[in-house]
Amino acid sequence: MSPAALETRGLSKNFGALRVAGDIDFRLEKGARHALIGPNGAGKTSFVNLVTGVLTADRGSVLLEGADITHLKQAGRVKHGLVRTFQINALFNRLTVLENVTLAISERTGSAGNLFFPAGRRREVIDEAYVLLETLGLAEDAVRPVKELAYGRQRLTEIAIALGLAPRVLLLDEPAAGIPSGESGIIIEVIERLPADMAVLLIEHDMDLVFRLARRITVLVQGQVLVEGTPDAIAADPRVREVYLGERGGHA
Amino acid sequence: MKGPSAPTDLKQRTLDAFAGRHRLSPLEALPWLVAVAAFFVFPSYLALGSQVLATILFALSVDLVLGYAGIVTLGHAAFFGVGAYTAGILAARGWGEPISGLIAAAAVAGLVGLASGALILRTSGLTLLMQTLIVATMLLELANKAGTLTGGADGLQGMDVWPLLGLFRFDMFGRTAYLYCLVVLFAGWWCARRLVYSPFGRSLTGIRENEARMHAIGAPVARRRLVVYVISAALAGVSGALIAQTTQFVALGVLALERSGSVLIMLIIGGVGHLYGAFIGVPLYMIAQDRFSQIDPVYWYFWIGLFMVLVVVFAPGGVLGLCERLVRRWRAR
Amino acid sequence: MSSFLASTVSIAFHGIAFAMVLYLISVGLSVTMGLMGFVNLAHGVFAAVGGYLMTTLMNRSGVPFPLALVLAVSATAAGSVVLERLLYRRFYGGNELDQVLLTMGIVFMSVAAAKFVWGPLAQPMNPPAMLSGQIDLGFRQFPLYRSFLIVCGAVVVTTLWLMLERTRFGTQIRASVDNLRMAESVGIDTSGLFTRAFALGSGLAALGGALGADVLAVNPMYALENLVYFLIVVAVGGLGSIRGPFVAALVVGITDTAFKYIWPELGAFFIYALTMALLLWRPRGLFGQTA
Repeated sequence: MSPAALETRGLSKNFGALRVAGDIDFRLEKGARHALIGPNGAGKTSFVNLVTGVLTADRGSVLLEGADITHLKQAGRVKHGLVRTFQINALFNRLTVLENVTLAISERTGSAGNLFFPAGRRREVIDEAYVLLETLGLAEDAVRPVKELAYGRQRLTEIAIALGLAPRVLLLDEPAAGIPSGESGIIIEVIERLPADMAVLLIEHDMDLVFRLARRITVLVQGQVLVEGTPDAIAADPRVREVYLGERGGHA
Repeated sequence: MKGPSAPTDLKQRTLDAFAGRHRLSPLEALPWLVAVAAFFVFPSYLALGSQVLATILFALSVDLVLGYAGIVTLGHAAFFGVGAYTAGILAARGWGEPISGLIAAAAVAGLVGLASGALILRTSGLTLLMQTLIVATMLLELANKAGTLTGGADGLQGMDVWPLLGLFRFDMFGRTAYLYCLVVLFAGWWCARRLVYSPFGRSLTGIRENEARMHAIGAPVARRRLVVYVISAALAGVSGALIAQTTQFVALGVLALERSGSVLIMLIIGGVGHLYGAFIGVPLYMIAQDRFSQIDPVYWYFWIGLFMVLVVVFAPGGVLGLCERLVRRWRAR
Repeated sequence: MSSFLASTVSIAFHGIAFAMVLYLISVGLSVTMGLMGFVNLAHGVFAAVGGYLMTTLMNRSGVPFPLALVLAVSATAAGSVVLERLLYRRFYGGNELDQVLLTMGIVFMSVAAAKFVWGPLAQPMNPPAMLSGQIDLGFRQFPLYRSFLIVCGAVVVTTLWLMLERTRFGTQIRASVDNLRMAESVGIDTSGLFTRAFALGSGLAALGGALGADVLAVNPMYALENLVYFLIVVAVGGLGSIRGPFVAALVVGITDTAFKYIWPELGAFFIYALTMALLLWRPRGLFGQTA
């Protein structure tokens, strides 16, 4: 079996008595459109944090295209092509949209460490950033500070920054969170247009989004994988229904 | 806002403007014109003028770490003082050549910045603030105890600074000193400006705005902060050396909390993170302090205190922040 | 009893008394910094005001010790509430630099005001006859007033701990320090809570300043010259904690006193080095809240 784009083996993490990740084995194939769902507190964001290196795992390993990255720090994993977006916008608020994206591209191309020459000379970085903004429909806001944008467009900027890093594996943490469902169309479009060879893991609550975009779904409950399969299989699985709707027993 | 011109024309203009942000604007010549004019207009105040120029360089160094990298420090006097003592001790021990004194001061201060930064920059908030303060205070205590080297509480005596470039004696009207400080400040400003507009400098603003996101885009945050800290320390060291060389005296006050605190206040009043806040806040503060100290030091404390409160309440972001807001409001009409 | 042991006990005694004063003043700062996220560098002003009111009432108006203490503390606490409502609360959760500039401005104004009203010299503190003199513990005599300070400190920390653990007010504080948004969403009136916590902290500072007037001299530069000590106690103790500053104050108080006796040439160097080491080991302070 060729190496998966992203794989975890026995990934575990406890905060005292609280188990956020219990022995998670997970595979994200190349070019995947994979969704991770689960009730609140299931540990989905913690999983992303563990995979990206924000949290250090107690046990287990993370492999990126077959290479063990468990001991790499967050920045190191990004350099290998593992990129994530944040559930709550993590933007450079007082900087412009264009600046937000050029920062990311600059890091990727390696020019960010240069102390001597004006950033403006790196025209190719700026041009690339602008083209990216155009494809996301953000070009008209290019020189506005991000904090002035509508929330939906801030979410788009969030994704733009991630795309500027040319990820091989992209983890989208609730990209449509906080956006009224009428306005989430552009976000869905953007995700649908992502390159076919990019492996995409989508963490989402919005089931419409999930069933529209995902070809495979993993259900996480209390830090452990409950079941994994195709959208139809998951929709039909009684265990999943129970977890979400509490059909069995007397949950409130 | 979009005129009848083709979209690509707007795009080009937007991109050109963005790429050309580093270009000098005519307004930036203003501080230098004022400084040169002051040389001719206020010949009897050149001693104060030199102090102001050197302190502007000090405030500029603080702006780099504070305004651009977001590192809140109450201990930058550590580097200022180390630079002052380096230049001072060299001059008192037989090597009074000014420019090499500056270089030595930059090197020593930079090393102190490297050592302390590597140790403490991993923290943030109150802890970092305390650590910066403690580094400066420990150096103060050391300078106090090492009396044979530093002169202790009496100050460093016997400095003999040689003529600049072998030609220009440091005269008692302070003319050489003033021009010396002006040129060094210019060089320091040029370096700082270059740094700020470089990709490195842009990434510093990213670190300031959202450090967590910088990690998430693969930036080596710790290394970048350390680099700017060391550069800032070196510049601060140069400014301390300037004060030492132009007054031919170094006292323990160069390392004191009051020195770190007052430069911070000067910078905040002028505006942090605009590079030019130093050029506004420092002269305002130092000239006002000079005037008030003639009357009664008590009144100085009261009025500067009141001014600080008023600035925070009515003009947060300092003078330049206020200007920025006024310009934006005027443009939005 | 051997002279070494006697010295040790003496150092411990005076160190603990000093620590109690530091604690009384600093605990309020720790709570407000942890609760409101507000860097109040002017906290020492409350202690100074407490000290000034206390000494003025006792020395110039002949008010008896207990009454003067109550008046000084309540007046300071009341004044602090005015300051908090009018000025401070606009800056909660805001830019740290603004808070630094604002509170330093207030410190400077207080220095000038104190010098103008009371002059540059330290105000003398004369403890009442009941608390003067020495207490004889058999092997050695100790100043009674210092013993009183130690008792006060112990009583306050116990009362605060009980309050924090057993009362609703205390629970609300703990919840808000832990997670402010969550606390608000369960209906805690955080705004009122802040004011009450602030008043409590300032009152305690005034108490420390008043009681400790002969340990930390009440002079115009009080808030400035002791600021570093208060910050050290808070940073080493950990923000938002009540136990933390207590332990930190003990460490600072005893070490500082010890070194002043044993190795005065080293001066305050050791305290600073120790603080640095402690903060390197525990960046959040000894009892700091984790994230």
